[in-house]
Amino acid sequence: MISFALTEEQTQVRDTLLSFATSELATRARSADEARLSPSELLDTAWSLGFTALSIPEDCGGGGAPRSLVTSALMLEALGYGCAGLASAAFASMLFVNPLIDLGSEEQRLRYLPEFCGEKRRAASLALHEGAPAFDPARMATRAMRDGKGWVLTGTKRLVPMGEHASRLLVLARASDAPGLAGIRAFIVDSDATGVTIARDSGTLGLTAAGFARVELAQVRVPADDVLGDGEGADIRPLLASLRIGGAALAVGLARAVIDFAIPYAKERVAFGEPIARKQSIAFMLADMHIECEAMRWMVWKAAAEADAGRDAAKASVLAQDYVNRHAVRIADDGLQIFGGHGYIRDLPPEMWLRNMRVLTSHDAIAAA
Amino acid sequence: MVDFSLSDFDRAVLDGVAAEARVGEKYARYYDEHEDEVLPKSFPEAAQFPPIQQRLRGRPRDDTPMLLLQVLMRIEREAHCGVPLRQAPTALGNAALGAAGTDAQKARWGNLMLAMSITEPGAGSDTKAIQTTARLDGEEWVLNGDKIFVTNGVRCDGAIVWATVDKSAGRGGIKSFLVLKGTPGFELVRKEKKLGIRSSDTAAYAFRDCRIPRDHLIGGDEGVPRGEGEGSASYKGVLKTFNMTRPFVAAGGVGKAIGAFRVARDELAKEGIAVDFDDSRHARSATAQTLLELEADIEAATLTVMHAAWLASDGMPNNLEASVAKAKGGEVCRTGPQRAMDALGAMGLSHDYQVEQYLRDGRIADIYEGTGQIQRLVIAREILGYSSAELT
Repeated sequence: MISFALTEEQTQVRDTLLSFATSELATRARSADEARLSPSELLDTAWSLGFTALSIPEDCGGGGAPRSLVTSALMLEALGYGCAGLASAAFASMLFVNPLIDLGSEEQRLRYLPEFCGEKRRAASLALHEGAPAFDPARMATRAMRDGKGWVLTGTKRLVPMGEHASRLLVLARASDAPGLAGIRAFIVDSDATGVTIARDSGTLGLTAAGFARVELAQVRVPADDVLGDGEGADIRPLLASLRIGGAALAVGLARAVIDFAIPYAKERVAFGEPIARKQSIAFMLADMHIECEAMRWMVWKAAAEADAGRDAAKASVLAQDYVNRHAVRIADDGLQIFGGHGYIRDLPPEMWLRNMRVLTSHDAIAAA
Repeated sequence: MVDFSLSDFDRAVLDGVAAEARVGEKYARYYDEHEDEVLPKSFPEAAQFPPIQQRLRGRPRDDTPMLLLQVLMRIEREAHCGVPLRQAPTALGNAALGAAGTDAQKARWGNLMLAMSITEPGAGSDTKAIQTTARLDGEEWVLNGDKIFVTNGVRCDGAIVWATVDKSAGRGGIKSFLVLKGTPGFELVRKEKKLGIRSSDTAAYAFRDCRIPRDHLIGGDEGVPRGEGEGSASYKGVLKTFNMTRPFVAAGGVGKAIGAFRVARDELAKEGIAVDFDDSRHARSATAQTLLELEADIEAATLTVMHAAWLASDGMPNNLEASVAKAKGGEVCRTGPQRAMDALGAMGLSHDYQVEQYLRDGRIADIYEGTGQIQRLVIAREILGYSSAELT
């Protein structure tokens, strides 16, 4: 049955996070961007909200709420409204936790998830990107070679969110000659395992608060049962779908923030005797931003709902990501344009939002829905 | 709960609608090239398909809202280039009568086919610029003026005509009147020749001292008794119609884009060009990427239409969302067939394929029921909190 209705729980979760995003994230966005760092007290506060453990099964110590990508997308949209950079830092652990819940074996869930259910913040992340231009996950260079019963990982991962703080990483690597994505597996790697070197990555255009790291894997030994999933490991396509939906949901939230910030300015800013919002060149720009932001949100919901209904969300998530990537940057860019020169000055957020949006729409592993 | 799943029942309904629409495709080219011919009330093949009411019999009440299913049916019909096997017995004027007429008026005229006659040579979306006048003379209204772009204006039994009773009152002076065919002073001037949708007739009317009874004012006036809570005759009363119709017109545009997209996708697949959703964007050919983006744009437009319909079916205000839907439907009706054509290359222009007709037929969806620009004006006013006087 087709419906756009949120459940009571979803409305509650969204509202809680929206208020957190406005009061805690938005207010610290600029200073974190300049410092290229997320303040640890903020990360602690975010952790104390308990959302990381919300859908971790009860037998692993978590909240036991049923996994819903729609709910995750709502959470991420709310967070992205405050600050996508701080949001990705504060909820980077979900890049590890959610795939474990969805694809991990029973044993893996019981072994790794309880540590994310405590009061003490626990950082983890996921390593997808690599240094090659036009990076294609199906052609990634990081290899997992069979070694006796276990695996040996070799390669260099880039732009890993919160990589320096992560105690555990989910590392994507080519594990067989099976064509395309079928040959890729995710591996659970301890960040202090022998051969793992994690360092701050070179700076990025935006999302600087996300703490991107470079992860070197030099002959890293991984036990056989640490390939994500049962036996030979799980197909990672559902994981990629959840990443597409997660990043796109953050972008929807950020796009909404841009619009909500631009509207009052356009109504206040007077030029040639009237507010610029009363000129069609500006009013229509805002209308287009609103139209696309709505459409973007439904695309994300559709893809998330496909997954929630137990269907393959690969196609829907690709369509959603493609749509969001094309329109979200335009919204951020037009948002800056409405502010004119003021949008270019770092006193106001539009220039930061454009930089952040650029990263959200190019980086494929910022958040897991 | 957010869900986009169709029940088996609705899937079967939509499949039935699609099967029927496919049969109508064989008449598409003929009526495109013979626009002077009036469509028969039904084609012989119609007998093979049950009427829609029959298909819907026994539909569970707690399924997808009916208005939303109707929107999806519209998309499915328009996604085939064809001519409907059965002509609808009603038109836009019937919806206006339903929204704003008194009970007595609905009972009296509800079974007629009524067109909607608003547009004039100098007044399109700016309806307050309407010049057609209605003057009360004793117990009769006297109409004078010219009307154009009247959909179904040739085949209808009558039309709901907008006219001003007081030009100085602007919008507030505009009322709507029922004028039946054959009324002296009401002339069908011509049938328009159009880029597309040629099987749908579009008329121009002239009213010259056309006298109609006083009770033909839709919604009635102070002098005409009416029941409690019945619709008003005002501009707003008729605009209510548009909150329901914008999503439907948008659905038509989406359907045309889907039709063109399907041709491009299927024909290119025969040449080995298809979208692999496992590929990264860097690994895709430009043509495959065009198909992917087009499919995403169609999906996005469809979802905005579904959302507007879902709100309406829930009784929630949807003026903003109806315009978002119409803007997206209008956009994709334009860019959809054009990009499908780009992907196909030169042969996409040929009558071998229906893409060129989808382009011509679909193009109207960004014009009628309010152009894309008017939708943006409505949207901008809504999000900025401006009145129509503050943002023109």
